[in-house]
Amino acid sequence: MSDDCVSYVYAVGQRGPALESAAAAGTAASGHRGLRAVFGGQLGALVSSVPADQFSEEGVKSQLESLDQLEAIARAHHAVVAAAWEETTVLPMRLATVFLDDARVADMLRNRADELARLLGQLEGHVEWGVKVYADPHGAPTPAAPVPSGTTGAGPGRDYLRQRRARRRVHEHVVHAAEAVAARVAEAAGEVATAGVAHRPQQNGAVAAGSGENVANYAFLVRSQHTQRFQRAVRSQADGMVGVRIEITGPWAPYSFSTSTTAAHDGSTPADAHGH
Amino acid sequence: MADMFPGRASSSMSPYHQQGSGANLADILERVLDKGVVIAGDIRINLLDIELLTIKLRLLVASVDKAKEMGIDWWEHDPSLSSRARGADGEVTSGSERLAVENERLRAEVNRLRAVETEHER
Repeated sequence: MSDDCVSYVYAVGQRGPALESAAAAGTAASGHRGLRAVFGGQLGALVSSVPADQFSEEGVKSQLESLDQLEAIARAHHAVVAAAWEETTVLPMRLATVFLDDARVADMLRNRADELARLLGQLEGHVEWGVKVYADPHGAPTPAAPVPSGTTGAGPGRDYLRQRRARRRVHEHVVHAAEAVAARVAEAAGEVATAGVAHRPQQNGAVAAGSGENVANYAFLVRSQHTQRFQRAVRSQADGMVGVRIEITGPWAPYSFSTSTTAAHDGSTPADAHGH
Repeated sequence: MADMFPGRASSSMSPYHQQGSGANLADILERVLDKGVVIAGDIRINLLDIELLTIKLRLLVASVDKAKEMGIDWWEHDPSLSSRARGADGEVTSGSERLAVENERLRAEVNRLRAVETEHER
């Protein structure tokens, strides 16, 4: 047991050479030279040693409160998981899952073997795709030009209000269209995907103006061999739509389907899934 | 050297292989903070803290990348994240303080009116 270090767990997979390769890939991707596979029973975990003071209860809390440090931890975690995922099926752990030492990690692997093995089995051969639907009124036709002021006698004030109302109507129209597309995307994707969940739509701050309004934010678990079919099914839902944009991200390691309480078969929202 | 991953996955999905270091921070945070297998490790991270943090992050998460690019520190300026942030009128010190004062005032008013009413009913 090392004195000032604790064992940080990134992901769990089946025991075997593939997990060793995953550790090597994770090392290359993240620069964590101490990244290793720790085995317990039929399973293994990707683990690195991190400073105990930074990953104590208080340490983590203060790290998470700094956006820069949070970003660093989140990206490092993700880099290891993503690189490992390319080598073999792994379950991504929630950020900052920390044990006192490797022996405790091995204990955990043995204690939770049934549940972890079952999840691994469900995810084998799948990838996660993110699908976001945006309403982007900037891409829609601008409202018809108002009647030139002077001819109405009402002055520029009324023109301005009329224009504003027209813009608002366009905006509402585009949002409704995007919501309809989102519903069709969920249906079409659901026919190809093994499972799907709805994440909360991402909010746009003032600085993100122009990228549109995120009306739906889904994640789908899709068999690798269905990738093309899935993407065609999703993308075609926005064909011919003005002001509606579909963004696909991935492939992701199946984070959204690794919540231990999520039954990977229904469309339950993540909010339902982590009430414990 | 070791920067090639001839893994099983790369063949079928190369055109979309973008979720390494270049992935959108909002998408990453959404997953690593909110998803993934939850196992109580030896260090008990307070899940409530993480959930609160996640809620806060949702408010700004889509803007994080751009905000950082532009050198904007959202933790300082978003009213929901910092009591130092000011309202649009620029004169309010703390939203929650103001609400508390307002609540107190309204409660007192309601009590006063109730007292008057019961007196009238007698």
